[in-house]
Amino acid sequence: MGANDMSGGSDVAVWAQTATLPHPIDEVLLGFAEALRSAGVAVTMDRSQAWLQAAALVDVSDRQAVYWAGRATLCSCPDDLVRYEQVFGAWFEAKEGLPRPTTRQSRAELVAAPLPDDESDATGAGDDDPEAVHALASATEVLRHRDIAGLTGAQRAVLASMFATLDPALPTRRVHRRTPSRRGHVDAGRTLRQTLRRMGEPGPIAHRRRGIRPRRVVLLVDVSGSMSKYADALVRLAHRYVVGAPGLPGTSVEVFTTGTRLTRITRALRHRDPERALIAAGETVPDWAGGTRLGESLKAFSDRWGQRGMARGAVVVIFSDGWERGDPTLLREQMARLRRMAHRVVWVNPHRGKPGYEPVQSGVVAALPFVDDFLAGHSLATFAELTEVIARA
Amino acid sequence: MAAIAGTPHQPGSPSEIAEALGTTGYLCDEALATVTFLALQMQRPLLLEGAPGTGKTSLAEAIAGAWDVPLIRLQCYEGIDATQALYDWDFPRQILHLRTLEALGGETDVEETEKSLYDERFLLARPVLRALRESPAVLLIDEVDRADDEFEAFLLEVLSTYQVTIPELGTVAAAQPPMVVLTSNRTRELHDALKRRCLYHWIDHPGLEREVAIVRSRVPEVSETLARQVVHAVQQLRDRDDLLKPPGVAETLDWVRALERLGRTELDLETAAATLGAIVKYREDTDRVKHALDRLMAG
Repeated sequence: MGANDMSGGSDVAVWAQTATLPHPIDEVLLGFAEALRSAGVAVTMDRSQAWLQAAALVDVSDRQAVYWAGRATLCSCPDDLVRYEQVFGAWFEAKEGLPRPTTRQSRAELVAAPLPDDESDATGAGDDDPEAVHALASATEVLRHRDIAGLTGAQRAVLASMFATLDPALPTRRVHRRTPSRRGHVDAGRTLRQTLRRMGEPGPIAHRRRGIRPRRVVLLVDVSGSMSKYADALVRLAHRYVVGAPGLPGTSVEVFTTGTRLTRITRALRHRDPERALIAAGETVPDWAGGTRLGESLKAFSDRWGQRGMARGAVVVIFSDGWERGDPTLLREQMARLRRMAHRVVWVNPHRGKPGYEPVQSGVVAALPFVDDFLAGHSLATFAELTEVIARA
Repeated sequence: MAAIAGTPHQPGSPSEIAEALGTTGYLCDEALATVTFLALQMQRPLLLEGAPGTGKTSLAEAIAGAWDVPLIRLQCYEGIDATQALYDWDFPRQILHLRTLEALGGETDVEETEKSLYDERFLLARPVLRALRESPAVLLIDEVDRADDEFEAFLLEVLSTYQVTIPELGTVAAAQPPMVVLTSNRTRELHDALKRRCLYHWIDHPGLEREVAIVRSRVPEVSETLARQVVHAVQQLRDRDDLLKPPGVAETLDWVRALERLGRTELDLETAAATLGAIVKYREDTDRVKHALDRLMAG
């Protein structure tokens, strides 16, 4: 990777200069760790200490050695490596300015949404007016079934708060590990251990059986132009899954957006607050409302994540309208591949629930043979159905 | 000074590491040598990630070979727990022992009996405990991402103190920490706490010259021409982005060995097609590679 372009005569000279800076070397090194942290790499205290320790062990005048020492001690995943390389170049060579983290843009259209059953909604009507309560309840109910694409800004805000009513239960799977149980196979180890405790006196027989864990759920959300009216709601739904699913955070739900490229937004969606999570996701995804290259995105997913294990035995949910710009044969191949890896493939199409819909788009036609469940996804009510399908998978 | 002391080679610099590993046939680049050097010096576990077949596991084997210390391997899998990683008591033998004592009769001192039950000889040492006892050793914790996340917490405990407490026997501490190598295929993200303990390195596929050198050193009986042709073909395949599983170095070596067994000194289209099973493991890939072979041979 960086190894080859890091060596070279002129570089060495520059490096030697840097090494004889007026600052104490520790200060320079710690400053670098600090710069790396502000560039977005999670550098903790113990990591910077390990970095000082490592730098002391290698020859400090050797640029290469220091580079590798820092990379091994300060980075923890492939995503960090690129940033490390940039900051290293900037810090020790002062070629260009340090890469800054992208500033958080505030959302102008962000509105505070009262809960739909909030008392303040019923202003004008007396508390004891049954009509008003009824009307309010049915308004919420109507909103549940309305097509999200046709909602006004205010209605969207109300709907956003209603996402909290979704119950994102995860499907379960049997695991290899056996846990103590009242029935099941005889647990020889535990029985004998208890027998030993009684100095060899036989006692009740212990049993164990295979445990249950949540099955991984992978959500692939199409954020291309044709899906733009649903993207916001779909990311909200994904957020409910990431934060609302029981179990360790991040181990059982993964979210990606697909468009012209594949982006992993699981980390961004870990904020508990949906609005902050959505803003973070928005900053992560570079291709909102762009084109669709679903086949390529699926391939990227399978190559980088799925085949390694993320899709294996998982429930994969694809949210897309199937308007594929590229050649549908690639999509067909990739769907077949996904089908072979995943436990269940669910396709959610916002247009499916609409009258007169026929699955004739090239992408949908190519994908349908490999889909276990083909669902509608244009309203909150259909999302609720989806959560049931996922929970049962 | 180093984690593996008392051995003829005392690594004093990354280049010495590279040299020592080279004697076992493992050729590493400067980056990997530096990181290994640091791991030995700082007595930290080394966490290796990278595509399958880039030599993560072989590094541990090479370190063990170069310093002539035992390699103790712990293959992780779903559901692995402390009794499979650390130690377990041989319960059937303990019960037998107890019954024998009973049969022999005589006065029985409860304390003595108990002591004799939890004796060293009934202890089944599993890889981690073995590594602590037999140190200097290389402990390879392979595919740690396959284990459950609870298992990581357990590993963390062992890797930070290099000691294990067995309630009935006492604490086992390594005289000197073993060199620990963890490998991960990134099927899931490891916990930060574990990553923080480790030095991290991402292994990439080697370049053309290095891979030829690797082939030549691992399969010395093969001709230079064949090695070069095979590596050239494999690197071209790796550059294609339509393969489900691009071949790693391990596959290159397999292919070279296969061709060598068939007595080939040069790569020809027919034999290549017949031995594709060594590098391509998916039916779809086989079709694609077969179609591309003509061009590959020419190039």
